[in-house]
Amino acid sequence: MNGDKTRHAIRLDRRRFLQVLAGTAGALVVGIRVADAAGAPLPPALLGENFHDLGAYVRIDGDGNVLIGARDPDTGTGVATSLPRIIAEELDADWNRVSVVALGLGVGNSNGQPRWTYGRQVGGSGGSIPAAWNDLRQVGALARWLLMQAAARRLGVSANRLRCDSGTVIAPDGRRVTYGSLAADASQIALPASAPALKAAASYQLVGYPAGDVDAHDIVTGHARYAIDQYLGDALVAVLVHCPWPDGTLSRIDTSDALAVKGVVKVVQLKPEPGQPWGSTVIAPAVAVLAKDTWAALQGRAKLKLEWKPGASAGESSAALEQQALATLGSQAEPTTRVRDDGDFDAAGKKAARRFEATYFQPWLAHATAEPMNCLVRLDKDRASLVVPTQAPQKAWAVVQRLTGLAPDQIDIRVPRVGGGYGRRLDHDFVAEAVMLAKAVDAPVRLLWTREQDFSHDFYRSGCVHSFKAIVDRKRQLTGWHQRMASASALAHRGVPEDRLWSSELRADQLPAGLVPNYRSDWYAQQSAQPRGPFRGMPHLSNAFAVESFVDEIAHQMLEDPLKTRLRILGEPRQLPLGNGATLDIGRLRNVLQLVADRIEWKNWLRSVNGLGIACWHIDGAYVAHAIETAMQDQKLVIQRVVCAVDVGRVINPLGLHGQVVGATLDALSTALNPAITFKNGQVQQHNYKDYPLAGMAQLPNDVEVIVVPGDRAPTGASFLAMPTAAPALANAVFRVSAVRVRRLPLMKEFLRLL
Amino acid sequence: MAQVQGQILPTSQASNIVPEPVRDGIDLHINGEHYRHTGDPQMPLLWYLRDVLRLTGTKYAGEHGENGADLILLGDKPVSAITLPMNSLADKSVTTVEGLAANDGTLHPLQQAFIDEDAIGCGYCTPGWLISGVALLRRKPKPGDDDIDQLPNLCRCGCQTRVRLAIKRVAASRAAQP
Repeated sequence: MNGDKTRHAIRLDRRRFLQVLAGTAGALVVGIRVADAAGAPLPPALLGENFHDLGAYVRIDGDGNVLIGARDPDTGTGVATSLPRIIAEELDADWNRVSVVALGLGVGNSNGQPRWTYGRQVGGSGGSIPAAWNDLRQVGALARWLLMQAAARRLGVSANRLRCDSGTVIAPDGRRVTYGSLAADASQIALPASAPALKAAASYQLVGYPAGDVDAHDIVTGHARYAIDQYLGDALVAVLVHCPWPDGTLSRIDTSDALAVKGVVKVVQLKPEPGQPWGSTVIAPAVAVLAKDTWAALQGRAKLKLEWKPGASAGESSAALEQQALATLGSQAEPTTRVRDDGDFDAAGKKAARRFEATYFQPWLAHATAEPMNCLVRLDKDRASLVVPTQAPQKAWAVVQRLTGLAPDQIDIRVPRVGGGYGRRLDHDFVAEAVMLAKAVDAPVRLLWTREQDFSHDFYRSGCVHSFKAIVDRKRQLTGWHQRMASASALAHRGVPEDRLWSSELRADQLPAGLVPNYRSDWYAQQSAQPRGPFRGMPHLSNAFAVESFVDEIAHQMLEDPLKTRLRILGEPRQLPLGNGATLDIGRLRNVLQLVADRIEWKNWLRSVNGLGIACWHIDGAYVAHAIETAMQDQKLVIQRVVCAVDVGRVINPLGLHGQVVGATLDALSTALNPAITFKNGQVQQHNYKDYPLAGMAQLPNDVEVIVVPGDRAPTGASFLAMPTAAPALANAVFRVSAVRVRRLPLMKEFLRLL
Repeated sequence: MAQVQGQILPTSQASNIVPEPVRDGIDLHINGEHYRHTGDPQMPLLWYLRDVLRLTGTKYAGEHGENGADLILLGDKPVSAITLPMNSLADKSVTTVEGLAANDGTLHPLQQAFIDEDAIGCGYCTPGWLISGVALLRRKPKPGDDDIDQLPNLCRCGCQTRVRLAIKRVAASRAAQP
């Protein structure tokens, strides 16, 4: 959609719109207008207590233009396009006349407690689409119902004989009334007693059809304003130096040279607040330089003379942590948590025909978001105004509220498009920093982290070791499976009970759970002072690599086609209860596996001079498989072909889904190939892309072939669905082309070591 | 406005106005417009674009322009804006992502191709890809895969295959022209 062409209103706040009205004889009238629909509160029963305000989501102007609010932050997942299209579909709107605005945080005051006006507001966690499917359709359907009632009165035809098409109500005799001309009347119609019926899928005109990103035009012209691009009058720019040790302390500081830099205003020290969970307070002790512009702040920062004293973590290293994990898994130690224990693995071992064992190693990972952490904050006596690049504005709100003591609705958080999230922006340490600084200098602050800080002070994905034992009986049936995993939980230091810390690290329902009669999975907790947090695709990412590599190893040792082995483990198509209320649809999982196999011509897997690898996985009712073809050219590993099949149920925006599948596949390959975070003497050793190399154009495949399984089940999220299977499919393909089994990521380094 | 009409607003005596002397500075052209930078001559172009001109399409990429999001065209060459001090730019001509489209708003063919191929993830690194892509197409109107492989940009959203298609789309449409 062409952004400029359709922009006709600028949102000032939740209720008011700055509108340009084209008058007669060339006159131009500019006015501030209150959204009509805001005066017509919905009965709570209609849309649930979170939705009081139809105007918050959709506004139909007299001229027929439609403004739809996007509630979830768009970090590149496409929800700013797909969520409004769900509303527009039920509204039967003309998409060419729809403008989308990012809503920002919706919060009201309910006796001192926050009332979330827009309900759930989280981006990049896979939940946006399923949640929108449940509630946002109702918004569009109600607006359409009101317009049809208004049309019925005007045309003298009963509403059930009318139909709607692209912003027009059409009578049986062919008379047409536009939404625009009905908007004023519709806002006066009494609301129905119950929610109006939703459309039948057969009549969809937007859902299931491709749409480009609503922000595309602004992005390619450089006009899209991310949080980092927002200025607020004379806000001071703040840049930081963080202590190299998360638990270290500042032992000496000399600010005289820094303060002598022209434009530098103040130097402020920050400390993590004791007792606050990770992600809610400063990530490590820090010194901030505040200046009139970024250049002055950076120059001032370069002239700070600081000495840091290490804390208790100064002895930590990632290598030692891995050794410790290996020692634990090699011992008879009791697990921290026995996550699942079906049948009797020990007894099954006595009837084993074959036994298999392998151990896989995966490194610590950083988020490497393109837009570094930043935050714009202005504190007034009774108001906090922020622009935050966040995936979870409600969590950002909690940090601001705690630090300011303001009432819930005195905190205004705007969330423009976000330059990548991958889980990093579910934490709000940088918001705490910005608010603390604004308080300290009593002025608006623009906080900017530099690239080095993003890499060396992150809530990392913990390194992990997966150790497996599997048992096969005489009939080649997989009868026993024992997975043991050691890692440092992403949920530690976050107020999560000890017996739930495993849940960020593995899933009780992951493959092949439910498919093996004697299945056991154990988790061993590791301790580290290095902060951890949510990471795109976790815990599936590390587990799929380990599990799907191990399945391949079993197939190889049984001299069997790995596709056949997988299909036998999966068994006949059926609904398999997962033990958590959900079911695994074996037919759909088999289907995606078969689709990628057919596309890559799997029948050649043994004969091909190139290497073919395959892997499959399921995430909360969505199914994914990758098939990858690798070749060796002049001793160099080349990814020839990548095929990915996904089954997400109903597809909202096929173009958006395609982008997510391609994007996640490339991200997963890039993450598997080269980068790793390591730490030594308690300090992270990577500071930039050159130490943490994402794959460039040349290393990535030229194309990713995407197969989307059509479906009519309720849609699932897809922003990280294609992450988990790319790396194991690659490692399995590498094995076929080189006979080198890579059990350690990053893949390239290990491959070259073993070659 | 009606009330104001007819009133005589108080103004300074003309004789009190002393014209400000023309300030020395660094003259350069950005997107075809003339600018004079009168601040710190060491200030990198990136901060001049962003903090002074508020041309925020050129993004912060890293202290050395690491992920390519701060690329601009210096003449026809893609250069990281943070590595260019203002005093190296006297009389130079700079094009930022905001300057790629024509004055009437018509998009550069590569901008249009990025939209057509949906070559956008979060979009933060997109301006940098556009600059390096435009530079490549100027240097080599029909680039091969090996040429595209040399683009320096990094992206975690995984837009690379779609950027490749967008560049090829422009090259193909040019080839089709007589």
